[in-house]
Amino acid sequence: MSSYRLMLAATAAFSFVAAGGSQAQQPAAPEPVKIGIVTFLTGPAAAPFGIPDRNAAEAMIESLNAGKGPAPYNQVGLGGAKIEPKFLDEAGSAADQVTQYRNLVERDHVDVVLGYVSSGNCLAIAPVAEEMKQLTVLDICGTPRIFEEKSYHYVFRANPTATMDNVGAAKYVLEKLKDVSVYSGINQNYAWGQDSWRDFDLTMKDLAPKTTTDKVLWPKLFSGEYGAEISTLLTSNAQIIHSSFYDGDLEAFIYQSVARGLPKRIPYVLTSGETSLYRLGPKMPDGMFIGARGPHSFFAHGGDLNTWLTKIYVDRFGLQPVYPSYMMAQSLLGLKTAWEKAQAKKGGARPTQEEVIAAFEGIEFNTPSTTVKLANGKGHQGVTDTAYGTYKFDKDESKPTLVDITRYPADCVNPPPDVDSVTWLQGGMKGAKCN
Amino acid sequence: MCWPFTVLTALAILTDGLVYAAYLFLVAVGLTLIFGVMKILNVTHGSFYAFGAYGAAIAVGIYFDRGYPAAGGFLLMVLVACAIGLVLGLVLERGLLRLVYGKDEVVVVLVTYAAFLILEDVIQLIWGTNSYALYQPLDLAGTIDAGPLVLSGYDIGLVVFAALLAAAGSFALKHTTWGRLLTVVIFDRELAASFGINVSLVYTVTFVLGAMLGALGGAAMAPKISVTLGIGVEVIVLAFAVVAIGGMGSVGGAFIGALIVGMCRAAAVHLVPQVELFVIYAVMALVLVFRPQGLFTRAQPRKI
Amino acid sequence: MIPRSLSIGALAFIVVAIAGPFFPAWLISLATVAFANALVVLGLIILWRSGLVPFGQALYYAIGAYTVALIGRYSGVHDIFFMVVVAALLAALTAYLTGLLLARYREIFFAMLSLAMSMILYGILVKTETLGSTDGFHVEAPRWLGYAPAAGWMRRAILFWTVLAFDGAAALLVSLYFRSIAGSLAAAMRDNEIRLEFLGISVNRLIHLNLVIAGTLAGIGGALAAFAVEHVDPDMSYWTTSGGFVFVTVLAGSGSVAAAFAGSFVFELLKSIAYDLLPGTWQMFLGAALLLTILFLPEGLGSLLLRHRRTLKAIRAAGR
Repeated sequence: MSSYRLMLAATAAFSFVAAGGSQAQQPAAPEPVKIGIVTFLTGPAAAPFGIPDRNAAEAMIESLNAGKGPAPYNQVGLGGAKIEPKFLDEAGSAADQVTQYRNLVERDHVDVVLGYVSSGNCLAIAPVAEEMKQLTVLDICGTPRIFEEKSYHYVFRANPTATMDNVGAAKYVLEKLKDVSVYSGINQNYAWGQDSWRDFDLTMKDLAPKTTTDKVLWPKLFSGEYGAEISTLLTSNAQIIHSSFYDGDLEAFIYQSVARGLPKRIPYVLTSGETSLYRLGPKMPDGMFIGARGPHSFFAHGGDLNTWLTKIYVDRFGLQPVYPSYMMAQSLLGLKTAWEKAQAKKGGARPTQEEVIAAFEGIEFNTPSTTVKLANGKGHQGVTDTAYGTYKFDKDESKPTLVDITRYPADCVNPPPDVDSVTWLQGGMKGAKCN
Repeated sequence: MCWPFTVLTALAILTDGLVYAAYLFLVAVGLTLIFGVMKILNVTHGSFYAFGAYGAAIAVGIYFDRGYPAAGGFLLMVLVACAIGLVLGLVLERGLLRLVYGKDEVVVVLVTYAAFLILEDVIQLIWGTNSYALYQPLDLAGTIDAGPLVLSGYDIGLVVFAALLAAAGSFALKHTTWGRLLTVVIFDRELAASFGINVSLVYTVTFVLGAMLGALGGAAMAPKISVTLGIGVEVIVLAFAVVAIGGMGSVGGAFIGALIVGMCRAAAVHLVPQVELFVIYAVMALVLVFRPQGLFTRAQPRKI
Repeated sequence: MIPRSLSIGALAFIVVAIAGPFFPAWLISLATVAFANALVVLGLIILWRSGLVPFGQALYYAIGAYTVALIGRYSGVHDIFFMVVVAALLAALTAYLTGLLLARYREIFFAMLSLAMSMILYGILVKTETLGSTDGFHVEAPRWLGYAPAAGWMRRAILFWTVLAFDGAAALLVSLYFRSIAGSLAAAMRDNEIRLEFLGISVNRLIHLNLVIAGTLAGIGGALAAFAVEHVDPDMSYWTTSGGFVFVTVLAGSGSVAAAFAGSFVFELLKSIAYDLLPGTWQMFLGAALLLTILFLPEGLGSLLLRHRRTLKAIRAAGR
C-alpha cells in the first residue's frame, strides 16, 4: 500500500477524530433526570430554529440546575433532581428520526423526550411515543393534526399550534388596513406553507368575506431565487402580501424584493418574521407586520421570567433570544411544573411517569412569554394568546423594534377544545371569544 | 403610461426567465465542463458553490464595510471565487480524485459525494450555523423601472455576466489551444492520449476550472441570498438537470438548457404557479425523450 | 451440491432469525428498517451489474410505501401479505411503464431521467394536501392473516421475521436469477453492449427486465419500511433517498447478494452511531466512512467475503 494512501487514510481517520472532538462537552456530573432534546443542529433550519432552541435549553438547564430560576421555578432542576440533557440532531428522514427516538428510549433510557421542530417528524414520532409508552413533549412543530387526528396519553405539546399565527395575522391586517380588498400570498410549497396560507385565507374569508385573492405563489422550499415571484407581485393589485417564510428564504426574499421596491408598494405580513429581525436589522423595511408565533421576544409579557430568560441567554450567548428560545422555555417550564406538582402531591418523593402525566394534563403555568394552559387535545395541547406588531428600526439605538402591538386572547385565536382547526375556520370561527 | 396587462406579463416572463436562466447557467457551467471532460458527476460542485458564496459574503462584506470603492468590490468577488476554486479544486483533484480515476464511474461519484458531506461540516466548523449577508452589491446596482415592473440592476448584471461567460467559454473551447485540448479530451480520451496530450494535466486544469466556475456561481448569487448551511444541496440537482438537458461538456448546451428551463419556470410562476415545482423535471424529461443525450451532443462512433 | 455462498447465507439467515428478537429492542427496530431497505439495494446491485445506476429508485420505494399506507387508511383491509403483494404489483407496473422509456438511456442521462421521475412523484405528493403534503401520515399497524399482535415486543418480533422472510425469499430468487442466463449476461452487458447485440440478444429488453425486477424489489422494500417506521411522507421519493440507496450499494459492493443485507445493516448502524455520538458533525463522519470504504475496499464490503473465499480456495488447492 503506497505511503500516500496511508497518509490519506490518516486524514480520513483524522476527520473522524475531528468530528468527534468538535462536539460540545456534556456536563460530566451524573444527573438523575435525563431529557433527550431533539432539534435541528445542522442544515438550513439550524440557524433560525434549532440553535436558538438548543441555546435556550442549555442556558435554562444550567440556571435551573443551580436553583437560580425565579419563583415558582426556584427548585433545583426538576424537583431537586438535576437535569441531564442529551442533544440530538433532528436531521435525516422521518425514518431516521424514528430510529433515533427508539434509541433514546430503549438504549439511552431517557426519562423524557423533548423537542422536534418539523411537523412531519412530530407526526411520525407521536404514535411511536405512544406505543413505547414514553413521556414526550413536542416543542416547536406547529401542525394542529397531532391531537386533532388522534388522542394521546404520553404526548404533550405546551406550545400552541400554528393556527393562531395566521388567525392573528388576518386580524391584525384587517385592523391596520381597514380598506383592504385584495390580498396575495407567497408561501413555500410544502405542508407548513400550505397550512399557513389555508388558515390565513379561511380567516380572511370569515372576517372579511368581500376580499379576494390575487396571485397566490408557491415557490419551492429553499428556492432562494424569487425574481419571478417578485415580478408577479409587482404586477398584482393586492394590498397585503402574506408569507410564512422564515430565515434563509425570508431573508433572500427581503433582500431581493427591497432591491426592487416591492415593500414600498405592498406591505407584507410575516407570520414567522421575528427570527430574522436581529439579522436583518435595517434591511427589513419599516411598516411590515411581524408575528413571532406567539407572545414571544418583543411581545413577551412574562415579567420576571422574561427578564430572567433574556439575561441568562444574553449572558451566555451574547445574542437576544428569539421565539424558538421562548418556545423551548414553555416546553421545559411546563414539564417542570407538572413534575413538581406531581412530586408535591407525593409528599416530596420522585414522581413516576404516570404521576407526571396526570399532573401535566390540563395544567396552567407561567412562562417568560405569557400564561400557558393545556386546554385542547384533552388536556395535552397548550393554548396561549398571541400578538402582532409593526416593524420599526430604531436608528438611534440601532436595534429592531415592534410598534402598534395588538394582543389577541387565547380563546380568540385558538379553536375551542373539541373542534378541529380547519372545521372551526370553515365554520366561521364559532365560539371564539374576542374582547 | 399605461401598460396593457398582457404586455406587462410577457415582459415580466421574459426578464424573469433570463434572470433565472443566468442563475442556472452560472450554477451549472462548472459542472458541465468537469462532466464533459472527465465524465465525472461531481457532487462536490455543491460545495464549490457554497464555499464561493461564504467566501464572497465574508471577504467582500469586510471590503465594503471598510468603504473601499464599489468597482473593486465586484472585482474582489470574482477574485475570491477564483482563489477558493483554485485551492479546493487542486486539493480535491490531486489529493482525492487521482486515486480513483480508473474505477467504476459510480465509485467516483460516491467519492465526490463523500467529499461533499465532509465539506458541508467543514463549512459549519469554519463559519458556524449563522447566516451571512452581502447586500451591498445589490444596493449599489440600483433599479430600472419598466412601468410598474421594477428590475434590479444586479439581476441584469448577472444576465450580462452569464452571457459573456457563455460566449467566452464557447470561444475559448473552439479557438484557444487549451480549449481545443479540452475539446479533444471530451471527444475521446484514449485518442487524445495516443496523440501525446497530457490527459492527466488536462484533467487537473479542467477540474480546477470547474471548481472556480462553481465558486463563481456561489459568489455571484451571494448578494441575493442568505448565505447559510445547506445552500450547496439545493443547487446540485439544478446543476445536474441543466447539464443533462444541455448535453455533456457543452457550454452552449448548458446555456440553451438554462434558457429553456428559465423561461418555462417564469411562465409557470406567472401563469400557473401550482406547477412550478415540476417545471425543471418536466423540461428535463421532455428534452431527454427527444434527445436522449441532451441537446448538444457529439455523434458517438460505435466502438466494438 | 449447494453453492458455498448460498449455504453461508442460509446459515447467517437462520442465526439472525433465531437470535434477532432477543437483541435490544432499538437494535431490532434498526435492523428491521435496514433489512427492508436492503431489498432496494438488492435491486440496485442487479442494475449495477448490468452497468446502470439509477438515481430514482425512491420512486418505487415511495409507491410501495404509500400503497400500503393508503390501503390501511382508506379500505378496511389490514392484512400485511395482501398489502405487500398489491404494493409489489403496483411498483412492478410502474417499473414496467417507466422502463419502456428508461431502458433506452445510459449513464448520466439514465440516472437523471430516473431522478426526474421520482421527483415528479415527489411533487405530486407534496401538492396533495389530503395526504398531508410533506408531513405525510401515519401507517396503521398491519395484521397477519387476521392476527393482530400486541404492540411492543410481539409485534416488533413478528414484523422483523416477516421482513427477514421477504429478504430470504428475495435473496434466493435473485441468486437463482444471477445463475440464470439472463442474470449472467449482466456482466457482459456492463462490459460491452454492442457485443451482446451482435450475439443476438436484445440489450434493451434485458435492461427493461432488470428494471422491473429492481422496481418490484424497491416497492416491497418501501412497503415493509412503511410498517417498520409507521409513517410515510413524500421524502421517501426525494432524490436524497435514492442517493442513500446508491450509497449503500457502493458500500456493499456488487459482488454478492448477502452484501446487500450486511451493507444496509452496517449503514443504518453507522448512521445511528453518527447521530448519537456526533450530533453536530455526523455528515463528516459518514463522508469519512464512505471514503475509507472506497479507498480500502473498492469492491465494497461484499469483497471481504469474496476475498476470503478465494483465499480459502487457494489454500485448499495448494493442499491437494
